Amino acid sequence: MPSPLIILVIDENRIRASIIEAGLRDAGYENVTLIHDMAGVAGRIAEINPDVIFIDLENPNRDMLENMFQLSRAVKRPVAMFVDRSDEASIEAAVDAGVSAYVVDGLKKERVKAILDMAVSRFNAFSRLSRELEEARGELENRKVIDRAKGILMKSKGLSEEDAYALLRATAMNQNRKIIDIAQSLVTAAGLLDPGDKS
Amino acid sequence: MSDAPYKIAAGIIPLLDSALLVVAKEKGFAEAEGVELSLIRESSWANIRDRLAVGHFQVAQMLAPMPIACNLGLTPIGFHTIAPMALGLGGNAVTVSKRLWAEMVEHGAPEGLDPKPAGAALKAVIARRPQSDGRLRFGVVHPFSGHNNELRYWLAACGIDPDRDVEILILPPPLMADALAAGTIDGYCVGEPWNTAAVIAGSGRIVTVKSAIWRSSPEKVLGAQSQWAEQNPEALAALLRAIYRAAEWCAGPENVGELAQLLAGTAYVDRPAAWMLPALTGKIATGSGETTEVADFFLTHDKAATFPWKSHALWFYSQMVRWGQVPHSAANAESALQTYRPDLYRAALKPLGVALPGANSKVEGALQTATPVGSAGASLTLGPDGFFDGGLFDPDELDAYIAAQASGPRE
Repeated sequence: MPSPLIILVIDENRIRASIIEAGLRDAGYENVTLIHDMAGVAGRIAEINPDVIFIDLENPNRDMLENMFQLSRAVKRPVAMFVDRSDEASIEAAVDAGVSAYVVDGLKKERVKAILDMAVSRFNAFSRLSRELEEARGELENRKVIDRAKGILMKSKGLSEEDAYALLRATAMNQNRKIIDIAQSLVTAAGLLDPGDKS
Repeated sequence: MSDAPYKIAAGIIPLLDSALLVVAKEKGFAEAEGVELSLIRESSWANIRDRLAVGHFQVAQMLAPMPIACNLGLTPIGFHTIAPMALGLGGNAVTVSKRLWAEMVEHGAPEGLDPKPAGAALKAVIARRPQSDGRLRFGVVHPFSGHNNELRYWLAACGIDPDRDVEILILPPPLMADALAAGTIDGYCVGEPWNTAAVIAGSGRIVTVKSAIWRSSPEKVLGAQSQWAEQNPEALAALLRAIYRAAEWCAGPENVGELAQLLAGTAYVDRPAAWMLPALTGKIATGSGETTEVADFFLTHDKAATFPWKSHALWFYSQMVRWGQVPHSAANAESALQTYRPDLYRAALKPLGVALPGANSKVEGALQTATPVGSAGASLTLGPDGFFDGGLFDPDELDAYIAAQASGPRE
């Protein structure tokens, strides 16, 4: 049995790092270390002596880290990027997902490929989650704006809530616009016209 | 032109010399050439390289030695890049902490930005520095950068060994001023506005500038993925023409205010417009309360500022050899030489009828004054292009130059 691989994940985003860590542990890789804080990172890397290093592409310190990998005194073994320079599909998948992978020279391709694939899929899963969360937040914001627009119509035109919504919807359909856009315009206009707001 | 024939994505870094690409897009020069140019701001040079390699970008703002390093296989991801255009001359400075500056003044550093007395003072400070304090630490942005090369050249020419007498670290440009204020580093060499950032914060003193260490010296280039460039020659040529027009616009004194505003935008440098002005006007606030005029601090158009001289490529290569980044061989030198593509530049700009250098290489340091040179079409002025220590780089004498510098710093 080859010795278990030491994996290092450098990511200032703690949630994403945890998701990757969990994925690697589930797949049976026990020796996973996370670094969130870039202070003193060189010393930590030398200490951990990892076989595989993942860094998110948002990290502005990638140039510093790469330089360190190329200086033999900073890391004990030379580090190359990606599993295999010729494996273009893997490289592209990683860059698309927003992660870069560095692998100690001499490690067999097949030992690392699964780890890379795992990290890439976890990065993608995290992006999807973030996007969904963003959309959900947007949804909630929209809901609030529409409620305010309904309130304005109910007050100024004496409509029921149901009729106020129906009016917004009909206006949106007539103008070929989204309900949220009509609601936003109404809320903005009402804010501008409101005489009692500021005196 | 609503549906542009050419769609090009370019990676940029938040630096003053993204100006040519920013202006090509924002002032409509790209559109006028039929190029729909999208600019994507990146947080590291490694990202620029990776995204160029996988085809997210077709071109990018790159450190001038970077494409050479890529083609020599010195970067962790392999692909072939060409530099068909430069993105200006100068633009960098060396900044030290107020504390180090005070010590340098004690050892004779005068006011102003002269690299020679500043270097002598720094050497004296280093000589007296107690060993227990450790070596002075300087930041540069990338191992394959003009910053690393000019800082090392300046130090070595002043009798300071860049590898033994100081420590050189890699840091991203926007973090330099903070690292200086925090005492993590004692000085740095970086492009604007990140020197001015330390002056404004009150934590740094600009000691010298790139254009004083080596006048009319190259800094960033347009890097293009070779395969894309080969398959899309018209698109590349259209982009080069757009950038050339942008460079002319950037050089107009009447446009300085607007250019500073453009660069200050959140999609670009994302810092106050006032931070851009020292580099754009050449009025450098040094941090000692004085303002020093450096007329050629950053050139976008004058002195053939966008021409990709092969002699520049070879000088960068000579420095890679000097500092042990690559062994010297005829094949390696040839690879560096072929990375810069003045032929593509000339072919693209020919229809514009503008002044173009007739040669591909020049002896760096040969021109002591501004000199009119023979060029196709209109007139062109080059130089001065000297190194501050009087050094000459003759690209035809590469081997001799490399052999001479390998013997260590010149005293």
